[in-house]
Amino acid sequence: MNVEVDQSRCVAAGHCLASVPEVFDQRDDDGVVVLLDETPPEQQHERVREAAVRCPSAAIAVRARDSSS
Amino acid sequence: MTEPRALPIAARAEDRPFDPAAELYELQREEGLPRVTVPSPILGDFEAVMITRYEDARSVLRDDRLRMGFVFDPEAPRTMLNQPGNLLNYNGDEHSRLRRMLTGAFSVKRVRALRPMIEEIVSARLDALSEAGPGADLVRVFSTPIPTMVICELLGVPYADRADFQHRAQVGLDVNTTREVQIRNLAEMDEYMAGLVADHRKQPGDNVLGGVVRDFGHELTDDELVGIGNMLLIAGHETTASMLSASTALLLQHPDQLAVVRDEPSKIDDAVEELLRYCAPATIMPRQAAAPMSVRGQRIEEGERVVVSILAANRDPDATEHDLDALDVSRQPRPHVTFGHGVHQCLGQQLARMELRVALPALFDRFPTLKPAVPWEEIDYRTTALVFGVRELPVTW
Repeated sequence: MNVEVDQSRCVAAGHCLASVPEVFDQRDDDGVVVLLDETPPEQQHERVREAAVRCPSAAIAVRARDSSS
Repeated sequence: MTEPRALPIAARAEDRPFDPAAELYELQREEGLPRVTVPSPILGDFEAVMITRYEDARSVLRDDRLRMGFVFDPEAPRTMLNQPGNLLNYNGDEHSRLRRMLTGAFSVKRVRALRPMIEEIVSARLDALSEAGPGADLVRVFSTPIPTMVICELLGVPYADRADFQHRAQVGLDVNTTREVQIRNLAEMDEYMAGLVADHRKQPGDNVLGGVVRDFGHELTDDELVGIGNMLLIAGHETTASMLSASTALLLQHPDQLAVVRDEPSKIDDAVEELLRYCAPATIMPRQAAAPMSVRGQRIEEGERVVVSILAANRDPDATEHDLDALDVSRQPRPHVTFGHGVHQCLGQQLARMELRVALPALFDRFPTLKPAVPWEEIDYRTTALVFGVRELPVTW
């Protein structure tokens, strides 16, 4: 799995950090998303996908990578 | 074309205040996008596209072409809603610019750091409830003061001013007061907020409003700062108070689920999500199409008003095979749009969650035998107000 974030779209709702703190963080000054892990391990995939769906401003993109999606 | 059906603005079922009106479920099953006439005391009757499905709600709320229903009008009389600085009155780049000045203060980590402060406030209100004794009104003694006190901390309201501040906030929410009282109260609130802003301009406090003044004060007028302060009060206050009261009333009717909230700290986050989904205090969200757009291939014309029923969307059976009309605080949280969706999604949602996660278990823990002091049918729910809630909740133990 390959994760991308678009900081210009982010509205800092915080769902991603609340769901997958291993992969997402928020910038201190404005709460904007920071990506900690572009290729998270498989056990986090489901929560990452959920975070992408819940993101109110569609700032998280998830792409399949190689055989492991 | 048939005449649009009239639908009360909040549209909750009669005698079942937590449930959507039956008409909303009917609209939800229709393939076409329905137009309804919404009777509104503020705007007069207006016609609107009614959105009741979960996916439709998400799709329209994240669409940039859909604008907020209210836009700041400097010519119109100043009210709590009609003032600069209120995020609800902005769209597009102007909205993003203003929102980015505030988002840092409401991040997950910053809100976590507020937990001890919230615990202290809750603990003091539990003492107050105990002192007030059986028969006390939970809304007045517990649900309303908690979010107000939290906002006082965020704004930097000095302790000596808090009783007056809380009184004005309470009057501002009281629908039984006269227009004259409301106008005078609003003027007093504005005047007080202007004083706070002036103090922060001299020496920015270590709180949200102080931080905004320190970091962005050079870009904002005093008027905008007053509006930001008022917005934090309005948005952070009534909805959270409603959630506390409504959740308590609801859980008292489901003792097994109340026990989960009280006794299982590991489940409280999920339980709060379920209560948020179920109560949906902001029952509807009004918007307006700034350009033609479409939902499931059906056109919404430029200028058309769009009303999203958050309550109905949260119960949309199409979103899942689960029974969404049942309250189940132990379930895997179901997605909801209680805080909206898109760029306007609630700024303070993490704070609201934290207040609920702290206050509800603490209440049931301190008063394990809590129950209403009046028969269930006498509890007065504000089903017709823009923000759902409980007018009074006398409790005993």
